[in-house]
Amino acid sequence: MFKFDKLVFGDAGWGDEFLIATLMTLLVSILSMGLGLFLAIITVWAKIIQNRITRFIANFYTTVIRGVPELLVIYLIFFGGNAVVMSIAKVFGYNKYIELNALTIATIAIAVISATYSSEVLRASYLAISKGQIEAARALGMNKFSIFFKVISPQVIRHALPGIGNVWQITLKDTSLISVTGLVEIMRQSRISSNVEHSPLTFLITAAILYLCLTTISGRVFKTLEVNYSKGFST
Amino acid sequence: MIEFLNSIQNSLIYKNFFLVLSGLDNTILLLLISLPLGFVLALLFALGRVSKITLLSRIIASYIFVIRGTPLLVQIYLIYFGLGSVKFIRESFLWYALKEPFWCGVIALTINTVAYGAEIFRGGIQSIEKSQVESGLSLGFGKFLLLRKIILPIAIRKVLPSYGNELILMVKATSLVSLTTYMEMTGIARKIMAKTFAPVEAFIAAGILYLFLNFLMVQFVKYLEWKYNPHLRLNN
Repeated sequence: MFKFDKLVFGDAGWGDEFLIATLMTLLVSILSMGLGLFLAIITVWAKIIQNRITRFIANFYTTVIRGVPELLVIYLIFFGGNAVVMSIAKVFGYNKYIELNALTIATIAIAVISATYSSEVLRASYLAISKGQIEAARALGMNKFSIFFKVISPQVIRHALPGIGNVWQITLKDTSLISVTGLVEIMRQSRISSNVEHSPLTFLITAAILYLCLTTISGRVFKTLEVNYSKGFST
Repeated sequence: MIEFLNSIQNSLIYKNFFLVLSGLDNTILLLLISLPLGFVLALLFALGRVSKITLLSRIIASYIFVIRGTPLLVQIYLIYFGLGSVKFIRESFLWYALKEPFWCGVIALTINTVAYGAEIFRGGIQSIEKSQVESGLSLGFGKFLLLRKIILPIAIRKVLPSYGNELILMVKATSLVSLTTYMEMTGIARKIMAKTFAPVEAFIAAGILYLFLNFLMVQFVKYLEWKYNPHLRLNN
């Protein structure tokens, strides 16, 4: 049933392919988590400045993406991403055919999804900073940038870390959906191998174990980070 | 006016909407079986997790660990492709269920929601104040009565918001069953996208339906919260 000999490294087995696929999963997760955090910061900013239009757009974005299945969002970006990029390029006078590669599409799709979750975490941790601190910073004559980088960000990071850890786990697991776009990550690799070897059980269990390792290890990493960032605070 | 109505009727979104709508019953069917089953099993698993039988508690803990650490897609594929490739399962009575993508989807969704639900309920059960259990004991309640009258009602109403979240995640998770050739809303939307190359129209049609389903789910959970938290209502 479970063919261990198919998992060796080299030409006889699929070990090295799975190693590369695991690195691809990690790469997509890290890239989309980073891009997602960037989008989330913009979304939070749009929600907390007193502007009705930006707040409406941000709320619309988070409500729709969180209410619609991830797979549907991925399909939309996979099938529709090229057309959007080409129409934007047309505005700048570039009329040739552009094709986004699978990694770009995967990163953007997962980032769009993970940003909605991150934005909720970041917003909650921003609201947890007491107003007095920002006022005190202003009283000291700090400008907006130094208030953001020296007063707000360090505290937001500390408050948000547990929530961001959860979002990371969700993002990591969401990357398995990217296999529908043809990017060879763990899930896609296990489908390819099982089609070749006619042994789906072996490779799907391998995929499950790899995901389990990734989530467990990254959970540990986030625990350590939390301890580091909450130095001097009894939690 | 009539021209306008005609143009709407001929528009792609309008046509897609009804195409996707035909998959709504399949989506709801998945939910109707896996959600109630998942709820009951999650309660049982949570009770087993907090029980004093160490072995049972450990087994359930590792089950929860494995299911929460792997993507749902892996679980669906394992059940649909993986179990189907084992010979003795193909020859057993299980094959009657496992050869249908629908039942594979139901089993995978149930297994998944039980793990998350059990963890949520465990939090609820463990957050019950000791004094309430003690007051029950002092009234001479037996173990079962204590469970039925005190522990479960308080635990369930405490975790309603987070269980509601899990219900919404489940509505979204049904879309993954489309990858096992089961034609529910996402499967049909995908077919439309591949056929017409009009992804936005198909996305809007399916998205509206999913948002509507989730909206209903939120209202349902809100109603349950209102009903089971009478002491928190503002004016009764």
